[in-house]
Amino acid sequence: MNAQATDLYHDDHDHHGPPPGLWRWVVTTNHKDIGTLYLWFSLIMFFIGGAMALVIRTELFQPGLQVVDPHFFNQMTTLHALVMIFGVVMPAFVGLANWMLPMMVGAPDMALPRMNNWSFWILPFGFGLMLSTLFMEGGGPSAGWTLYPPLSLQTGDALPFLIFSIHLLGVSSIMGAINIIATIMNLRAPGMTFMKMPLFVWTWFITAYLLIAVMPVLAGAVTMMLTDKYFGTSFFNAAGGGDPVMFQHIFWFFGHPEVYILILPSFGLVSEIIPTFSRKKLFGYSSMVYATASIAFLSFIVWAHHMFTVGMPLAGELFFMFTTMLIAVPTGVKVFNWVSTMWKGAMTFETPMLFALGFVIMFTIGGFSGLMLAMTPIDFQYHDTYFVVAHFHYVLVPGAIFGIIAGVYYWLPKWTGNYYDETLGKVHFWLSTIFVNILFFPMHFVGLAGMPRRIPDYSVQFTDFNQIATIGAFGFGFAQILFLVLIVKCIRGGEKATDQVWEGAEGLEWTVASPPPYHTFSPQPIVK
Amino acid sequence: MKNIRRIPIVLLGLVLWAASFPAAADWQLNLTEGVTEISREVYDMHMFVLWICVAIGVIVFGAMAYSIFYHRKSKGVTPATFHESTTAELIWTIIPFLILVAMAIPAAKTLIVMEDTSDADITIKVTGHQWKWEYEYLESGIRFISNLHADSREAATLGSGIDPSSVENYLLEVDKPVVLPVGKKVRILLTASDVIHAWWLPAIAVKKDAIPGFINEMWTKIDEVGIYRGQCAELCGRDHGFMPIVVDARSESDYNDWVTAELAAAEAAASSADREWEMDELMERGEGVYATYCVACHQGNGEGIPGIFPSLVGTPMALEDIEGHVDIVLNGKEGTAMQAFANQLNDADLAAVITYERNAWGNDTGDVIQPSTIRSMKVQ
Repeated sequence: MNAQATDLYHDDHDHHGPPPGLWRWVVTTNHKDIGTLYLWFSLIMFFIGGAMALVIRTELFQPGLQVVDPHFFNQMTTLHALVMIFGVVMPAFVGLANWMLPMMVGAPDMALPRMNNWSFWILPFGFGLMLSTLFMEGGGPSAGWTLYPPLSLQTGDALPFLIFSIHLLGVSSIMGAINIIATIMNLRAPGMTFMKMPLFVWTWFITAYLLIAVMPVLAGAVTMMLTDKYFGTSFFNAAGGGDPVMFQHIFWFFGHPEVYILILPSFGLVSEIIPTFSRKKLFGYSSMVYATASIAFLSFIVWAHHMFTVGMPLAGELFFMFTTMLIAVPTGVKVFNWVSTMWKGAMTFETPMLFALGFVIMFTIGGFSGLMLAMTPIDFQYHDTYFVVAHFHYVLVPGAIFGIIAGVYYWLPKWTGNYYDETLGKVHFWLSTIFVNILFFPMHFVGLAGMPRRIPDYSVQFTDFNQIATIGAFGFGFAQILFLVLIVKCIRGGEKATDQVWEGAEGLEWTVASPPPYHTFSPQPIVK
Repeated sequence: MKNIRRIPIVLLGLVLWAASFPAAADWQLNLTEGVTEISREVYDMHMFVLWICVAIGVIVFGAMAYSIFYHRKSKGVTPATFHESTTAELIWTIIPFLILVAMAIPAAKTLIVMEDTSDADITIKVTGHQWKWEYEYLESGIRFISNLHADSREAATLGSGIDPSSVENYLLEVDKPVVLPVGKKVRILLTASDVIHAWWLPAIAVKKDAIPGFINEMWTKIDEVGIYRGQCAELCGRDHGFMPIVVDARSESDYNDWVTAELAAAEAAASSADREWEMDELMERGEGVYATYCVACHQGNGEGIPGIFPSLVGTPMALEDIEGHVDIVLNGKEGTAMQAFANQLNDADLAAVITYERNAWGNDTGDVIQPSTIRSMKVQ
């Protein structure tokens, strides 16, 4: 682009800012606006999903049934998972990607802005469908988020609503992923080669491919379920020549890459934050990229470790045990690289760094229990117990969610132009970290002692640890209100942030003003 | 900042307070060692992997902690500039890989033994139903259903007001445990009639899914006489948490005595179905059957749960359509939790529960269904 053309373009853009009023948010095609919408949506869903978790923990405070009917309890476990996965973690990642990817690769906006608007606005309708089932006769879906037939086929009117909602969420995710790939492939600033991209961009790039690969698989599985229920097919019905286990294979072929979709962008966030606050370049950049790609590849060949008890042939069990154990290698590489990045750095401990360090430690704890679960003969004891619940909550809450929170703290001054309240941020971190461990660590113990998951009532020897977990749940839940307060406070004012924001920060996003103008990087910067 | 520092102490206090709750807990932290050779192997492997994780954790978290304490800006350090080392990357790729191989070899060996169900001494077939287990001894033909014990059922009703700790083996007690001999290789065949369940007994380290339309198999050889308890481990609907598994492991001679007694009892039950039954007799028996088999869905007042489990009170089927009523109880209704009871209950129980449903809760039809009627309808 020559200088003259650049100027023309530039003028054109400067004259239109956002349209006034609420309509702005409906019609916006601006990546920053859409990022903001995604992030607020995710935060609201976080409180809805959290409220469901508190219903679960309240019922489990004591043995006996005190608060809810088991049928409602099952609706809560099912919807808690669906809301947290599809309504919180995934939209939060897409929100962060929308805000930051164009700024990190030096692009003026996302490549497909109008589709970007659509992929967000599908979400509230998708969740409207899903959550409306709670108010129907018979209630919401209660077969667990894994929707195993034949149990899920016993669901009443909620089933078609849930299936169409999953279709909508899938369409939204696929469009978001296409947009991210298109942006990264086409709109990088001159000189921004692939191996110069920030790690958050890399991890999202790989995640987007995972999304495109597996969301249609889930859509296929739930569509087969729909035809089984309403159109007389027998895909999953043994009496009609089908196979209920086939659903599990298809589901987990989606499901395992899905769990990496829920963690890889957090890996990227942590890989941005730790170097900034260690004032030292990320150790082993290229091996971090390769490790992420290896994890993504492995995610397609380990799915049946979710179903070791399903009665697979011995050869299948051995294959999936070996491949699953292999994941520990690239994951280990990532952890070692983060620790080496800190090594001999000059660290400071602002809130984003605290959450990133919490992530590394607690995600690793979740990784350890994952390694134990990978071993088929001992998995027979762990499978479908609270040990599994402890495992995946360690990788998802102090893992994925802490990564997201760290990212929000990291870029909040950039977005709003104001520093957040650092003291409040630290209180939020310490309360979250302490309570999240009070909440999830005892679950390892009750799981090993024999408490199955997804039960509304338990035998009395599990009482004490469950009470501790419930106290942790309320503490963790209420600590998140601080997060909301802090964000609102930061938007409304505070110490003015510099463009650089953090002393050790490197990257294109720190070269623009805080807050950035409505349109950044036209013309594109040149990366050397 | 001072107040912030106090938070961890307050929280620690909170945890200690929580820990002091007077409950009948035993604070079990770890996996059970169990009572079979396999379960002890599994336990040892669990501890082996746990200690490997602890060792790696100490190294990684130790390095992090050292870094956090000594490599901080407030100590006036200048950050180093290194950011790459192929040697280091190779080391922390290869060493973990070797550790994994060392873990995988014993795991594969144990797994191969666990999956070898050949040369069994006795075989039992376990069928999962919503929400109870059915056991069938293939050699002797003994067959029965094992339900949650009535005391637990009563206490586990929403708002029952009964303290669960006053119920012995709350939620882990059944009305009829499965009896197995010690020192014999028992092959367990697993299937289900409605949805997927999973049969799990921690003491023998065995868990496998019971899948409708498929038969899974596993085996165990129990070393010690005793009572062992477990639960269904796959979400199977509303009462998933209320279908325990109890195994009563007995010496071979005690086991043989039990088999003889069971066979005699089954014969006596079959002959009682031939006579004419009185209304009162049927109502009394029916109430018991209802409370065990039907109450979870249709509820104590017969009104069910709107939208999921239909009411039995004043409906056309309960008041008029006797044939339809018997048919749905015998054969179930596809696509719903209503299962076929024809093979789960004997003719007397079926007659009793249908009579009860037609005369309880103000239905008052006065209909009396005889076991002989059920038998003839089964033939149709």
